[in-house]
Amino acid sequence: MSPTTLDHWSRYTPKQRIKRYGVLLATLLVVAWALQSIDVIWEWVWDSPAQMADLFGRMIPPDPQNLPSIMQAMWETVNIATIATLFAIVISLPVAYIAARNTTPNVVTLWIGRFILVSSRSVNTIIWALLFVAIFGPGIIAGIVAIMFRSIGFMGKLLGEAIEEIDTRPVEALQASGASRFKVVLYAIVPQVMPTFFAVSILRWDINLRESTVLGLVGAGGIGIILQGAIDTFNWPEVSTVLLAILAFVILGEVVSMYLRKRIL
Amino acid sequence: MLKIEKLVKRYNGGDPVLKDLDLEVGGQQVVSIIGSSGAGKSTLLRCINRLVEPTSGTITLNGTDLTKLKKSELRLARRRIGMVFQSFNLVDRLTVMENVQSGRLGYISTWAALTRRYPKEDIRRAYELMERVGIAHYANKRADELSGGERQRVGVVRALMQQPEILLADEPTASLDPKTSEQIMALLRDLANELELPVIINIHNVTEAKQYTDRIVGMRYGRIIFDDVPDALDAAAMDEIYAGVPAEDRAAQGAAA
Repeated sequence: MSPTTLDHWSRYTPKQRIKRYGVLLATLLVVAWALQSIDVIWEWVWDSPAQMADLFGRMIPPDPQNLPSIMQAMWETVNIATIATLFAIVISLPVAYIAARNTTPNVVTLWIGRFILVSSRSVNTIIWALLFVAIFGPGIIAGIVAIMFRSIGFMGKLLGEAIEEIDTRPVEALQASGASRFKVVLYAIVPQVMPTFFAVSILRWDINLRESTVLGLVGAGGIGIILQGAIDTFNWPEVSTVLLAILAFVILGEVVSMYLRKRIL
Repeated sequence: MLKIEKLVKRYNGGDPVLKDLDLEVGGQQVVSIIGSSGAGKSTLLRCINRLVEPTSGTITLNGTDLTKLKKSELRLARRRIGMVFQSFNLVDRLTVMENVQSGRLGYISTWAALTRRYPKEDIRRAYELMERVGIAHYANKRADELSGGERQRVGVVRALMQQPEILLADEPTASLDPKTSEQIMALLRDLANELELPVIINIHNVTEAKQYTDRIVGMRYGRIIFDDVPDALDAAAMDEIYAGVPAEDRAAQGAAA
């Protein structure tokens, strides 16, 4: 390279520029190919505002006739979320312990822990629910177990990371004083992980409240069953009642978890 | 009586950090170990309670060879060795009393530890020691609410709760301001006398070492090259300890090998 004058500068060399245009072209081609490969019925897309207005019209006014049974299903939904969260908390603690690099007893347990976390997290709650409806039959048990299975991975992962990030110096100090492994965990690790533990538990309960509302769609108990029934029978006024109930319920859950966060953390 | 013989430590097969080191500390002596960073002071101290595993040699504390101990025996032996750290190593979110009582974890049952129902005599001893170092009124405060000097006092009391036969202090004053630093050194010296406890202190501050300890051990590159009363530490000895040229030392070692 021998620049004779100093009045010329460009961000890219010509070669780089050609490369960049090439990448841009390829991206456009991929998007175009994706668009033409999916089968969109464009009339229905253009039609959607009218359809939406029509649906809203049918939903108004909401029909409160089934409110008692809706409230009952709502209560069931809260219970699914809460019980599942409690079980998940208990189970995720040992999983987090063996999935954290600094507390796991050996490499084998580390991989077992990691495997539990990954398998729990990579499957969506609804898919777990489908599986457990097949095992336990439709109902609340399938819902609780499904939410629990998904939550173990979530909480175990976050708690495990919190364990890996602790200050190791108090751990060293207690080891030096002759404390057993369990007592070191109890005094040097547990207090450091406590804030994360509460934050993660409350967050997961919050998420589980919302997830449990759709479980009924696959027959795993809760408000979703009534919603599904109402949609199937084109009972739109009842659908809107259920939707409003879910909205109120989620807002209430948000308020409660916000209150808990403020009190505990 | 602590007796170290032919102690060698090398990390992952590299050059030895401690080279055939011999040291004897007995009675209620306060011994300071000085030397530039990397001389092996911290490694030496940590070999004694085996936070660092010695490569070879023996370390005997009142008749027990610490280097030969299995896991559960090591735990019992560690109860007899108190340690104070540069960064205090307290559990911030626990109260001062819980931190102090954590020095007794090797003695009390798991249930007592879990429920924080400590034995009466431990609580009494804790209050006595906390009173002695001036932190008794903080018993219910969280450890992270205290100042540096106060935190180190908690660290000292925690170590003394073990009723140790020897106290190791790894640069106990390096994180403290000069005045607090002197207070802590004076405290360690006085406690050594009161409890008839030998104390080994790693320290960078030579003035404090001279003022507060009975004996100074100077280390350079894994060897002890000075070991005498503080008054014997003259300029020449200081030069030898601190102004050593690493390259020369390595060359000498290469020639020997």
